[in-house]
Amino acid sequence: MPEELHHTSLRELIPEFVEKPVNEYSQELNEVLTSLRRLELSKPLVMVGMNTSGRIAGGDKVLQVVKSYLADRSIDADIEETGAIGLGSEEPLISIQLPGRTRVIFSNVSADEVPIILDDVFHHTIPGEKLLGQFRNDRLDAWPDVPFLDELAFFAKQRRVLLKQNGIIDPFSIEEYMAHGGYRAFLRTIRYHTFDEICVMVEESGLRGRSGSGFLTGKKWMKARQTPAEQKYLICNAEESDPGAFMDRALMEGNPHQLIEGISIASYAIGATRAYIYIRSEYIDSIRKLSAAIERAREFGFLGHNIFNSGFNLDISIRKGPGAFVCGEETALIASMEGKRGMPQSKPPYPSERGFHKRPTVVNNVETLCNVPHIIANGAEWYREIGIGDCTGTKIFSVSGRARTRGLIEIPMGTSLEVLIEEIVGGARQGHTLKAVHIGGPYGCILPAGKLDIPVCYETFSREGAILGAGGILVLDEKTCIVDLVKYFMDFMKQQSCGKCIPCREGTKRMSEMLNEITRKPLYEDQHDTLEKFRGLMQLEKLADVMRDTSLCGLGQLAANPLVSSLRYFREEFEEHIFDRHCKPNVCRELRTYYIDVELCTGCTICAKRCPEDAIIGTEKHPYFIVSDKCTGCGICKEVCKFSAVFYN
Amino acid sequence: MDRTEQILKNFQQLNRDSLIPILQAVQDEYGYISDDVLERIGEHLKLPASKVYGLATFYSQFTFTPKGKYHIKVCSGSACHIDHAASIIKELKKQLGIGDGETTRDGMFSLEVVACIGACGQSPVIEINNEYFPKMRANRLKDVLEDIRAKHR
Repeated sequence: MPEELHHTSLRELIPEFVEKPVNEYSQELNEVLTSLRRLELSKPLVMVGMNTSGRIAGGDKVLQVVKSYLADRSIDADIEETGAIGLGSEEPLISIQLPGRTRVIFSNVSADEVPIILDDVFHHTIPGEKLLGQFRNDRLDAWPDVPFLDELAFFAKQRRVLLKQNGIIDPFSIEEYMAHGGYRAFLRTIRYHTFDEICVMVEESGLRGRSGSGFLTGKKWMKARQTPAEQKYLICNAEESDPGAFMDRALMEGNPHQLIEGISIASYAIGATRAYIYIRSEYIDSIRKLSAAIERAREFGFLGHNIFNSGFNLDISIRKGPGAFVCGEETALIASMEGKRGMPQSKPPYPSERGFHKRPTVVNNVETLCNVPHIIANGAEWYREIGIGDCTGTKIFSVSGRARTRGLIEIPMGTSLEVLIEEIVGGARQGHTLKAVHIGGPYGCILPAGKLDIPVCYETFSREGAILGAGGILVLDEKTCIVDLVKYFMDFMKQQSCGKCIPCREGTKRMSEMLNEITRKPLYEDQHDTLEKFRGLMQLEKLADVMRDTSLCGLGQLAANPLVSSLRYFREEFEEHIFDRHCKPNVCRELRTYYIDVELCTGCTICAKRCPEDAIIGTEKHPYFIVSDKCTGCGICKEVCKFSAVFYN
Repeated sequence: MDRTEQILKNFQQLNRDSLIPILQAVQDEYGYISDDVLERIGEHLKLPASKVYGLATFYSQFTFTPKGKYHIKVCSGSACHIDHAASIIKELKKQLGIGDGETTRDGMFSLEVVACIGACGQSPVIEINNEYFPKMRANRLKDVLEDIRAKHR
């Protein structure tokens, strides 16, 4: 159906859409909404997951083939580019909906398989290969013998609130978002609620900052609301720079209007007339989609001057972050927006009292703001019922690493971490065993496989010495080395430290040095030095305390988390590295000991000539020998050997 | 210098807030920030060049040397790291003979190690001029580079 048709009719029906209860909608409005929800199709619909990770997996080529397939056979069908459904490891994804039938979805589709799949589906047969399942919809005919998505292990235990429309709607279509109830909460807010009511409602809902702080969002808003100033600001923090965290990007790419609505409600609640989205400049697709969403919202009159005669003005603009990890911290982010180096300030005063341009500013993370429309639409009570105790609502986790299924998972707060890892994700990859789980980004903790029976919640996590962070989960199997991983995170923190406060700048450097030292082979070292080294490592725990107590911002305070938690649970692995000079998973290259097989060596001398340490000795045309004390484990001899005679333990 | 003036014309608000957006526009236009342009920006905003430079060096988006014809980004996010991104970086450095942030002498390739491309389900990932190579292996790199070189022979 041509989109223009809905465009005009839904726009005309906005007053009814907002004012009437949903069950009293006129037939005309219901018809418009039904067709926008794709419940009644007049021609087939092919959807390709075209979020960034889908494109990286080969979505571009798939889309191209779909287009030429339809053009070659002159099939009249709609093609839509959607966001991520959350199955990162199964991409590219393609879903097809025939009129009157439910939508079927195929995973891991390569470009040359597209014609085969499309052929089959257009002839009303579902190929078993690459089939993922079908979407449940009671108003449409289900395909026989095709599993429903919500029955799959990955989806069965999830509760999708924020991600519900991801991969289902067209991110560029404001009408489709509205057809699922979008913008109704915002328009009802500015019509029927006062500023304070919204702040109180959000506080009652128990919504807490999703970027890791866990601070009550409503409280933050109230503070900014009550601070008198002629101008207030709302900043959406989309500087998602934890490696392994991609939930915010998925929310922005899959459903940008949800975020725009959240920002609009938050701005209204605190009385801000200007809002900014501070986003990573690498997120090109998110920027494109958010800009389009802002443009469309403006056309519909949801942004701008005197929105729907409420007297409320709001303008949202996008600021691209120039790339600094520390800018995820709110005061550093504000400094960066003011055109300064992104260095954190000491608090108080908090930004909610004195922030951007010295005016009250609320900085909220993308996921936090995406929760807001749902709270307003369904009420604080409804929201409190999801989750446990003081941790309400759902949390999105991005699972990566050596997990069987990698992607986005939204579960109610309070779900056990074990359920998340074992049942939803399916543990480690086929043929591997789960060793540990790293949770919470570069300042997160490493929990061993046996310790996962804890509910996902701010309090229980901090009791275990762990943090939720932004919700990045890295699954580790027996092939990963804990010491190497800790070293990686410490190197990352060392690089990202802004250098303003000494505990963080020097502490991360010392820790990184220490860890690099123990993953390197000692040259000319006696037993005493080894013990000293181990003592040094133990002293790092003390250093970690100092950093936690005296650093200026979260980056320094939490930087030692991976080290401290892994020393608690994986001390023997550190000991093995220091005393035995051995790395069981064989990840720490420099600890490898190389030797030459005398049967295979022809004495060609090439390894001896190339060895930077002169550790290889022998006579020409006779087998050579590596002096293990001199060997630094660089591996050059193995690379250059033409007879594959060099091995390592 | 015309292109710089064109960019500066778009930013009439002469305060510090515009500094980062101007630098970003320059970086996008030229692919790097040269000394001359940097001084010109300072002049435009009435800021000492040292302040502009101090800011630009703080952020990873800004670079001060021209990029190669083919800009290679290697993801070193946590998921890519445990899938052996380190050996990919090592192999690339060996193949190209350059380090992180450098450009080959013929101006063909430049190398950048980035924190997270965000395709953790497809790790390890490299990106060459907006074309992505998911589930990369160190031993496949030689062919990839050879294909690019062959195009220019």
